[in-house]
Amino acid sequence: MTEFVLGHYAYWFIFVLLGLGFYGMVVKRNLVKKLIGMAIFQVAVIMFYVSSAVKTGATIPIADPALGTAETAKYINPLQHCLMLTAIVVGVATSGVAYALVITIWRRYKTLDEKELLERMKDDADPE
Amino acid sequence: MPILNSSPALPVVLLLPTAIAIPIVALLRKRLAYILTVAVMAVVTVISALNMAKVLDGGPIHYWLGGWFPPIGIEYVLDRLSAFVILVVNAVAFLVLAHSRRLVDREIPDPGKHVPYYAVALLMLCGFNGILVTGDFFNLYVWLEICSLSLYGLVAVGSRKSAVAAFRYLIMGTVGACFYLLGLGFLFTVTGTLNMADLKAIFPQVAGQPTAVIGLVLMVVGFGLKMALFPLHGWLPDAYTQAPSSSSALIAPIGTKVAAYVLIRVLFFVFGVEYVRQAVPVTQVIGGLAAAGILFGSVMAMAQKELKRMLAYSSVAQIGYIGLGIGLANPLGFVGAVLHVMNHAVMKALLFLAAGHFRMKLGHSTVPEFDESVRRRMPWTTAAFAVGALSMVGLPPAVGFFSKWYLALGAVGRSNWVFLGVILLSSLLNAVYFFRVIERLYFVRGKTTAGSPEDAPAAVRAEAPWPMLVPVLILAAAIIGLGLLNAVVVKGILAAAVPPGMG
Repeated sequence: MTEFVLGHYAYWFIFVLLGLGFYGMVVKRNLVKKLIGMAIFQVAVIMFYVSSAVKTGATIPIADPALGTAETAKYINPLQHCLMLTAIVVGVATSGVAYALVITIWRRYKTLDEKELLERMKDDADPE
Repeated sequence: MPILNSSPALPVVLLLPTAIAIPIVALLRKRLAYILTVAVMAVVTVISALNMAKVLDGGPIHYWLGGWFPPIGIEYVLDRLSAFVILVVNAVAFLVLAHSRRLVDREIPDPGKHVPYYAVALLMLCGFNGILVTGDFFNLYVWLEICSLSLYGLVAVGSRKSAVAAFRYLIMGTVGACFYLLGLGFLFTVTGTLNMADLKAIFPQVAGQPTAVIGLVLMVVGFGLKMALFPLHGWLPDAYTQAPSSSSALIAPIGTKVAAYVLIRVLFFVFGVEYVRQAVPVTQVIGGLAAAGILFGSVMAMAQKELKRMLAYSSVAQIGYIGLGIGLANPLGFVGAVLHVMNHAVMKALLFLAAGHFRMKLGHSTVPEFDESVRRRMPWTTAAFAVGALSMVGLPPAVGFFSKWYLALGAVGRSNWVFLGVILLSSLLNAVYFFRVIERLYFVRGKTTAGSPEDAPAAVRAEAPWPMLVPVLILAAAIIGLGLLNAVVVKGILAAAVPPGMG
């Protein structure tokens, strides 16, 4: 049991991060804090991929003449890192769109607090 | 011709550069943005139709991007299912975009946003085409995010409240995408591959591992969010209501259907029917949630006064029919679900466009304020709306009847009387909320004309202009035409697309 807990410490860490991110998105009332939660959530997924690429005693995935290329166990898996570069770019783009929306909301309602926002939206009786 | 060998990739390859080129071309003349958009969608629709014919003739088409062989390279696959859904998506999007010019001019107040609107719409369609054609899980994630980001933009250009609706949609959509990515990560760690065909081949060796099960469940949750499967539909009603009518007409018929397609593809074609029914019964869960969603969406739709909001809740119910087909997991259920992807795309596009006409000509789309004078002013729009509404209720020979028919047959085949009851009950509920609108449009005398039929012509004929009317009438004709031709679609295309192991 202890071995299981300690052996998967990276995963526990990631689950904590996922939980933190989810908490931020659901419980926090400020829209920017929600976005911070979203960013933590995304980063947790990225960490999960990167941690799955780890091999004990392996080196960076660049062909080393001293090690040869026959044994893949001597190099860590580069694929996850490449995938996560794309995922980071996607995350940045999402944040960009999200903050643009936050700016629009601020300009229209002069608040980023969810509760106040809902009250001010009720005042717009006009459906348009 | 060598260019036609790469036909699975052509829609994506055409749409992406055009989307980027539109803001540049529009510097010459603003009008060019619209013309270019419609032109490229026409070309893409023709290519999709040719691809469909090719797939029907010679079986699935595989294309390897950059000449890298799978499983290392990214593979694009067109089989009967994907070619069919791509054709539906592109044809409906072509009609909606051809219709959209006046609605965009009218409902997006800032003229500086008109040109980017078309660029973003094409970017979204590029994402949808990519999702539908790709045979690679990570490529799918990238396309998913491309179309989702464009979707948020299309929602946010609408009414004053639209930015808040788009923000909520963004949070939920990102959580959905993250769940999918996390699920994919679990699957990748046990199989070591991202190619769908390759994963399918490896999967039986790892099927028993808890990691694989977690991966599957996370993926289903992710796509459940994207397709607004009850109870994960929270973002949908606000987003569809607050978006401009042209956006709702573009998003509502296509957006959630693409996610439903991915769910069908992943569950039945990658994991296998046996696995998702018996080993890990996710299809039963999806079916149950879908049945609850149908009832919930229908009841909520009955409570709405605003036409677009009513249609949005009806979308929640309609996506349930597709979920129901997935839940049945038998050939008839599968055919019903895929047929409903097409039917609902045609019907919802028509209904949202008609709602856009009402908004443009009357300045509102509030159901209790409709009366007979609306029909006098816009007889064609009203007639088309009535056709769409009758099809939603499920009256033959409109298309809406046939997908429900196949689903009902599928439910009987599984002896699943609960699903059968839900299908019948929901048809009645649909009838309640759509007949309410039709009744007001056709039979309720307006305040101005009350009591004196002689005053009736007081309502001036003010139909929507013909460039808007033609796409709507084509969609209305398609509802009847596809309904009459449904046997051709089912026997010719879908019967042979049933996933292996389902019979």
